[in-house]
Amino acid sequence: MFFPISNTHINPIYLVVVGFVIGILGGFFGVGGSFIAGPALRLMGVDWNYAVGTDLAHIVGKSIVAARQHRTLGNVDFKLGWFMALGTIGGAECGAQLIQALKRAGNVNTVVSFVAIVVYFSIAVFMLWESQKTLRSEKKGSRKQSAAKGAQSKEDHSAFHPVTQSIQRLKIWPMIELPTSGVKISLWTILLVAFVGGFFSGFLGGGAGYIRMPSMVYVLGIPTHLAVGTDLFEIVISASYGTFSHAIKGNVDILIALVMHTGAVIGAQIGVVATQYFAGPKIRLAFVPLPLIGAAIVIYTLMTGHKL
Amino acid sequence: MKKQEAKSLRAFAIELAIYSVLVTVYFFLVLHLLGEWLYHLESQHRYLYAVVALLLIAGQAVALDAVTTLLFRLLRGRWR
Repeated sequence: MFFPISNTHINPIYLVVVGFVIGILGGFFGVGGSFIAGPALRLMGVDWNYAVGTDLAHIVGKSIVAARQHRTLGNVDFKLGWFMALGTIGGAECGAQLIQALKRAGNVNTVVSFVAIVVYFSIAVFMLWESQKTLRSEKKGSRKQSAAKGAQSKEDHSAFHPVTQSIQRLKIWPMIELPTSGVKISLWTILLVAFVGGFFSGFLGGGAGYIRMPSMVYVLGIPTHLAVGTDLFEIVISASYGTFSHAIKGNVDILIALVMHTGAVIGAQIGVVATQYFAGPKIRLAFVPLPLIGAAIVIYTLMTGHKL
Repeated sequence: MKKQEAKSLRAFAIELAIYSVLVTVYFFLVLHLLGEWLYHLESQHRYLYAVVALLLIAGQAVALDAVTTLLFRLLRGRWR
C-alpha cells in the first residue's frame, strides 16, 4: 500500500502486527516502543525523520489506551506526571531542533542510528545488572523470610536504592511531596529527569519511556508499577506536543500512524493486564532484551542500506 | 480454573476476530477517504495538518478503546 505523505510502500498488515507487538510492550513496560517502532519503520524504507515523527503520533494513541487502563488499576501518579510533562516538552523541543539541524546537514540517518545504538545498549546493560543484583539479594532475603507470599512477594526493591536515597536527600528548593508514590523530592530533579527523557524523545523518536521509566525507578525512586502507569500518562502529554512539533516540520505520516495504532489498541490492553502478575525487578529484567532488539535492528539497517 | 481460562481465551479469540474485521474495514475507509485530503493538507497547511493529525489519533484511540472494552464485556457475559 502506498503512503503518499512519506512516499513509501508498506504492507498494512506489517504495520498492524508491529503496532500489536509494541502495544503489548507499551502496556506492560510503560514505554512507547520507539526502540522497536522506529527501526521497524526504517526496515520498510521510511526516512528517520518520518520514522521519528510518525512513531510519536502512533504513541499518542497507544498511550491514551494504556494510560486509561493503568488509571483503573491505580497505577498513575497524576501530580508527578504533570510536572514531568513540563520538563519533557522542553527536552523534546531541543531534540526535535537537533533533528532539524542534522536534516539540513544531510546526515540525520547516520548520526541518529549511532546515538540510538549507544543509548539502547547502555540501558540494556544497566538494567540487566541492576535487576539481576536485586533478584539475587531478594532470594537471599526470602530464605530468611520464607513466609513472604502473594502481594508481599511483589514488593519493589532495587539494587540501586542507596543511590536513589542519596538523590532524594538533595534538598534543593522547591521540594515536591508525591503522596501517591510515597516520595518527597526536589522539583529540579524531576524536571532534569524529564528533560533528558524529552530530549531523547525528540531526537530518537517515541516517548523515550526506555529512558524515563528506568529513570523514574532508579533516580526518583518511584515504585515500578506506578512508574509504568505515570510514564504512560506523561507520554500522552509529551508525545502530543512532540507530534505537533514534528508535524509542522513535515516529519509525520499520520496515515501510517493510524494503521499501526489499530494493532496497538489490543496489544496495550493485554500488556496492562499482564503487569498485575509480575514483581518490579522481574518487569525490569524482562525489559532488557527490548532495547537490544532495537539496537540490533538499527545495526542491521545501517549495514544493509536501510532496507529489509 | 482451567475451564475459566479456556472461556477467557475463547472470548478473547472471538474479540480479536470481530475486532480484526472492524479494523480492516475501518482503515481501508480511512486510507481511501482521508488519504488524498491529508496529503494535500500536509503539503500546504502544516499547522492545520498537525492539529488534524492529533485529533485523528486521539479520536481513534478513544473510539477503538471503547469498541474493544465493549466487545470484551459482551463476550465475557456471553461465555460466562
